[in-house]
Amino acid sequence: MLPFNDAGMVSGLLCGALFGWVLENAGFGSPCKLTGQFRLSDWSVLKVMFTAIVVAAAGLLVLQSLGWMEADAVFVPSAMLAAAAVGGLLVGAGFAVGGYCPGTSVVGLFSGRLDAGVFLLGLLLGTFAFAGLYGPAIESLMNAAEVMAGDTLPDAYGIPAWALVLGMAAALVGVFVWGGRFERASRGPVTANEAVEGAAP
Amino acid sequence: MDTKTAWHEHVRPVRPFWHPLWAGVALGLVLLLTFIWTGHGLGATGATTRLSAWMGLKMAPAFTAANPYLGPMVDNGHPLSSWISWQVLGVALGALASAFWAGRLRVQWDGERSIGRGRRIVTALVGGLLAGFGARVAAGCTSGLGLSGAATLSIAAFVFLAVFFVVGLLVTRVIRGV
Repeated sequence: MLPFNDAGMVSGLLCGALFGWVLENAGFGSPCKLTGQFRLSDWSVLKVMFTAIVVAAAGLLVLQSLGWMEADAVFVPSAMLAAAAVGGLLVGAGFAVGGYCPGTSVVGLFSGRLDAGVFLLGLLLGTFAFAGLYGPAIESLMNAAEVMAGDTLPDAYGIPAWALVLGMAAALVGVFVWGGRFERASRGPVTANEAVEGAAP
Repeated sequence: MDTKTAWHEHVRPVRPFWHPLWAGVALGLVLLLTFIWTGHGLGATGATTRLSAWMGLKMAPAFTAANPYLGPMVDNGHPLSSWISWQVLGVALGALASAFWAGRLRVQWDGERSIGRGRRIVTALVGGLLAGFGARVAAGCTSGLGLSGAATLSIAAFVFLAVFFVVGLLVTRVIRGV
């Protein structure tokens, strides 16, 4: 029965290496490519992330339908909605200002970008700031607006998982069509040559 | 060839990035493999948080041990000996290999040409600080909560991603960070 629940060094290194390999090949070490999503001139972030979500969600659904995996066998984040919203706000602002998210800053640093190293330093400082302020006030914020009925959309609201995956696949087609239109109406996606040169003036 | 250009800029030709569809399919399969192998998805800030705990232990042991957030991480043995630390080390190695092989490895301050090195250092530091704090509030980042959570149809993941994109769009209109 899946998953194997391995927690060892080999699975960590290998899954991580594949993750870093794919992110770098998608262009996600480049801060001007990443933030192009927010300028609406390069939709690679949404296209790649959304495609990956649909593929992985469909894969998990298939494994569960075949009876090879229990429905609740993989880790699902708790439905703490205030924490998710405040976190999304700060990580979104940090991405727009700093040019990376935490994972892509590692890719940026290891494709030679020193500013990504500074972003990583900022991540550590942000963690210390959080730890220093951690107490009842932050805890009550993090526990606010919890969905009690369940952590997933199917569990909490009874929406069938296959309907969600199909709906996301349809929305994904929209992202490629609409994103392509925005890209053609602007300067378009950042190429590898442009990314290697660094963000243009 | 310009004799002043560094060796690494012309030794290997710059290869184009993958098409977003194929990059997305590949990323989805890597994520699925991770779920099957380990029972959870991919992440990033789990490792930087443990690195913070480890650095805290080296620099301010009393504060770190007594801290209600970092303390428990230190109690459970060496904070860096965890799956997520190996995974982030793997990300570094995979990205380095890919960038080198594809001629995209170049040491630079990205953003120096657009906004200047001094300003770029400030935006990178402030951005990292905001993201680091936010990822602790949400108990996850774009990878761990957004990407991996959404694949499990988690409600928190969709809330995180929706707010992430809207705020990113708005802040980009006000501040140029790169």
